[in-house]
Amino acid sequence: MESQIAEIAQHTGGVIGLSWLMIAFPLVGAFVLLVFGRFTNRWGHLLGVAMSLASFAVAVLGFFELIGFGEEERRRAVHLYEFIPGMVDMGLLIDPLSISFALLITGVGSLIHIYSIGYMSHDEHRRRFFAYLNLFVAAMLLLVLADNYVGLFIGWEGVGLASYLLIGFWQFKPSAAVAAKKAFVVNRVGDFGLLVGMFVIWTTFGTLTFQGLGEQITPGTENGTMLAIGLLLLLGACGKSAQLPLQSWLLDAMEGPTPVSALIHAATMVTAGVYLVVRSGAFFFPEGSGAALAVAVVGAATLLAGAIIGCAKDDIKKGLAGSTMSQIGYMMLGAGLGPAGYAFAIGHLITHGFFKADLFLGAGSVMHGMNDEVDMRKYGGLRKFMPVTFATFFIGYLAIIGFPLLSGYFTKDGIIETAVHHQPILGWLAVLGAGITGFYMSRMVFMTFFGQKRWADDAHPHESPSVMTVPLMVLSLGALGLGAYLVLSNRLMLFLAPAVGRPEELPAFHFTSTPGLATLALVAVGAAFAWMRYGRAEVPSVQPRGSFLTTFARRDLYGDALNESLFMRPGQWLTRIAVFFDNRGIDGLVNGLAAGIGGSSGRLRRIQTGFARTYALSILIGAALLTGALLLVGNI
Amino acid sequence: MSPWLPILMAVPVVGAIVVALLPKGSDKLAKQVTLLVSLLVLVLTGVMAAGFKPSGERFQFVAEYDWIPSFGVKFGVGVDGVALVLIALSAVLVPIVVLASWHDADGVKTADGTLITPKRSVKTYFSLLLVLETMMIGVFAATDIFLFYVFFEAMLIPMYFMIGSYGGAQRSYAAVKFLLYSLFGGLLMLVAVIGLYVVAGSKTFMFPELVGAIQDPTMQKWLFGGFFIAFAIKAPLWPVHTWLPDAAAQAPAGAAVLLVGVLDKVGTFGMLRFCLELFPDAAKTFTVPIVVLAVISIIYGAIVAIGQTDMKRLIAYTSISHFGFIVMGVFAMSSVAQSGAALYMVNHGFATGALFLAAGFLIARRGSPFIGDYGGVQKVAPVLAGFFLVAGLAGLSLPGLSSFVSEFMVMIGTYSSQAHGSGALTAAAIVSAVAVILAAVYILWMVQRTLNGPTAEPVKPFKDLNAREVWVLAPLVALIIGFGFFPKPLLDVINPSVQQTLTNVGVPTSTIAEKGTGQ
Repeated sequence: MESQIAEIAQHTGGVIGLSWLMIAFPLVGAFVLLVFGRFTNRWGHLLGVAMSLASFAVAVLGFFELIGFGEEERRRAVHLYEFIPGMVDMGLLIDPLSISFALLITGVGSLIHIYSIGYMSHDEHRRRFFAYLNLFVAAMLLLVLADNYVGLFIGWEGVGLASYLLIGFWQFKPSAAVAAKKAFVVNRVGDFGLLVGMFVIWTTFGTLTFQGLGEQITPGTENGTMLAIGLLLLLGACGKSAQLPLQSWLLDAMEGPTPVSALIHAATMVTAGVYLVVRSGAFFFPEGSGAALAVAVVGAATLLAGAIIGCAKDDIKKGLAGSTMSQIGYMMLGAGLGPAGYAFAIGHLITHGFFKADLFLGAGSVMHGMNDEVDMRKYGGLRKFMPVTFATFFIGYLAIIGFPLLSGYFTKDGIIETAVHHQPILGWLAVLGAGITGFYMSRMVFMTFFGQKRWADDAHPHESPSVMTVPLMVLSLGALGLGAYLVLSNRLMLFLAPAVGRPEELPAFHFTSTPGLATLALVAVGAAFAWMRYGRAEVPSVQPRGSFLTTFARRDLYGDALNESLFMRPGQWLTRIAVFFDNRGIDGLVNGLAAGIGGSSGRLRRIQTGFARTYALSILIGAALLTGALLLVGNI
Repeated sequence: MSPWLPILMAVPVVGAIVVALLPKGSDKLAKQVTLLVSLLVLVLTGVMAAGFKPSGERFQFVAEYDWIPSFGVKFGVGVDGVALVLIALSAVLVPIVVLASWHDADGVKTADGTLITPKRSVKTYFSLLLVLETMMIGVFAATDIFLFYVFFEAMLIPMYFMIGSYGGAQRSYAAVKFLLYSLFGGLLMLVAVIGLYVVAGSKTFMFPELVGAIQDPTMQKWLFGGFFIAFAIKAPLWPVHTWLPDAAAQAPAGAAVLLVGVLDKVGTFGMLRFCLELFPDAAKTFTVPIVVLAVISIIYGAIVAIGQTDMKRLIAYTSISHFGFIVMGVFAMSSVAQSGAALYMVNHGFATGALFLAAGFLIARRGSPFIGDYGGVQKVAPVLAGFFLVAGLAGLSLPGLSSFVSEFMVMIGTYSSQAHGSGALTAAAIVSAVAVILAAVYILWMVQRTLNGPTAEPVKPFKDLNAREVWVLAPLVALIIGFGFFPKPLLDVINPSVQQTLTNVGVPTSTIAEKGTGQ
């Protein structure tokens, strides 16, 4: 028995009893800003920030109340109300896993709210932007705090809606509108999996609450039904977390304002898939099961795919989007390794939340000073003009490539070590991925902050106001030290243990293990290679044609082309045929018959308007078909 | 004997007479009287509903008067939970429709002043609306099957005139098609009603007395067929659905709301009450083919909706898809699915109502139902765009909005149903879940082409919603969000009624109920 998960106790009173306030604050914020519209234009952004901070305060107080309990009592269920009578009640589960997420969402979320005051200061719809951000925070908190799958699903789709609204925030741009729709539709493919997964769970166990499942499922149970549930949930996770094969929406999602990319499409929402897998881990992804292996394989494949895409992007945000895919791939890989990997997956999720938000907001700060230019080929040498942005971005960069002792080093290395131990092939692929990360992230830093200036004459790069740089500094602090704090002496693993279990033997962090050293060596090689091509050498300000491989990466590994030829085109044909059949089919059959009998197709039009007789006949045929179907199958 | 239902039915028809008798030139007064009468009905319905005891007798507020004694025909009314929520749905929608249709008969002008529909009689339109309200209440309240049949047929008349005289360019074509389809269904039902009366031989049309009266399986199947086809046309189910897109597209937006939101529900309501309870064996025999037809409706309706170029036709096809869900839930023989189906009937009324009305407001500004004629509405009329989006999201059953709860219950109940060794129903539920993806495509693609993108030249002069229009949509959106998070008040009323139906059909409901409470 590896995983010892604590039982869930009902809880009333205290801050935890009021934890629904975490969701209520930003929800009220969104409601006020949307319903009272223009009247709140002047102070709307302040309300948005206040609501997010209030939510953060509740999360912090809840955290301290939770650690006041003994380890075995740190899973508290808060009953809210009867939702669907006889099926599921709405309730929250406050445990180490959910409170970790809540702190990340509200903490990083609040910083991004503050940053947005500056970033969106020139946008006439800033108030609406804050309404959507608040809506997102509320939905994301419901997702991670709900004590059952239905509540989780409502939050799940709520964040999808917020993401849709925010990607399409500048909806007057057709590209933004298309990207928003694409994100929603691709996500719905994943939702199909989650939905059917819930059908199977309910039918098999008669409950949709985590507590109910915990009482019924012996950890480690493996059979066909469990595997099916696992794979269906994984499909859902792939949609939300942009993992293969549902990754294609994330790169387009960069159409949204940059703080959105930081908050939703890097730090929080896209990690919901990891949350789903870890939360369901003890039930449907037991260590060594087929479902867990599938999770790990998806993670490994995506971490490579994202990294390769990241190598070829000249758009700074798309480069970061590729890296987000890749880093979430690492988390997924970790989540597929059972309790030994969970703490590292969540740890990497938290540190990634900080350093990726730092990088995205840094990119936003660069864009802010560069007339919203995103092409890195038109940057160069910016470190002198934006010292604070450069310093914070550089810390985020060191963290993501896993520079020793920074946050990413500890959490990513934890995943790699565990993977090499449990799934050697996948583990070494992750080592390779780290090397590629070293290359493309270095490329980004060199192209943006080093070398010669390549920007247009009308660009006047300048440092951003402090309302933007202060959040960057706070985030970079997290990128510096959080990893060491969480991983050394297994602090996070022990904290999460009551919620997700723990391995029999606690890992000790080795600074000189073989995979760790190999990773460092590859990262150094990648960075050096990037220095040769983009640091020392001159960067052409127009994209060169590139090899077949470069094109392959630039075109996002042909993911869109694949979707288009597999789904969109056939779908369009199917739609056209169906519409044609519906217009001409049943009604048309009758019209055609009548015309044929009349002997002249020229009379068709007249018959179509001389409807009485025709439609009487067409109803008859329809009814005859119905009766026929009933007779045929019903065996009268 | 309770006077509630006869009063509820009398108030609108009296109002209709008053409106019709108003002197010439008092159009505004006619509208105000209609609004007041419909609000009075809403208040009365609310008071009555507050007195309904979910755990009490199945039929409450019962009233019976002899009507044609020689045939045992009675004016018998009474409501169970399902009938009650559907009457409440009608009572909520009518004042909203009155307000929405305020200028529909005045002659509709677009933003640039072109007249799209000419001036027509205002008094007639609003008295037709009130007459229709009486019939809508009557059809759900009738406990005498003959009385039900009379309302079922009579409802066609006001709707026929509302489409045929107040509709779009192709109105008479659509109205006749609607009438013919419905009359044909009604004819089949009449035969079945008479058959039921003769075969049962109990000299009564009262529904509670006829439950269990037909024992012969073959006879059950024939009579079931008569009722079912009539209801399938009404609902409408594939392949007898082709009248709906025409009727809904040509009807004025308000009439379309009542047509799709309430009148069509008579079909699914009839299946739930009459097809299942009067002919339980036949219903069980036909479960699989009917569920297959329902799944075809769900997927087919959604696919055809994606390809529509006309907003109102698109919404009509989404409804065909949604009716598929309701029919699937009715016949899944599981209490969760059936409660979901009954709840779906109400939620669909709100969601489609909001969508039709928001689309109607767009069309009234532009004078065209074609999606391609719009673009960038969000920029010039953000409030209208916001309402349109929320209504659309309800149409794609976004969790957190009311339609999600019912769709989820239908699918999960069908999936877990133990009827027919469960294989076919399980597969049906999985296939129907594909509609979740298709729904996102048809709604969001429409949203993208109408609301987003650069603002089209003819859209630029659009005015945002005025206060009246906000008052039309705001209550619907409030209900959609409210019941999305708190469906319990509706389900508490629906559940006992559904349990009763399933008991009469002979489906053990305990298995699922036990599961539910065993958490």
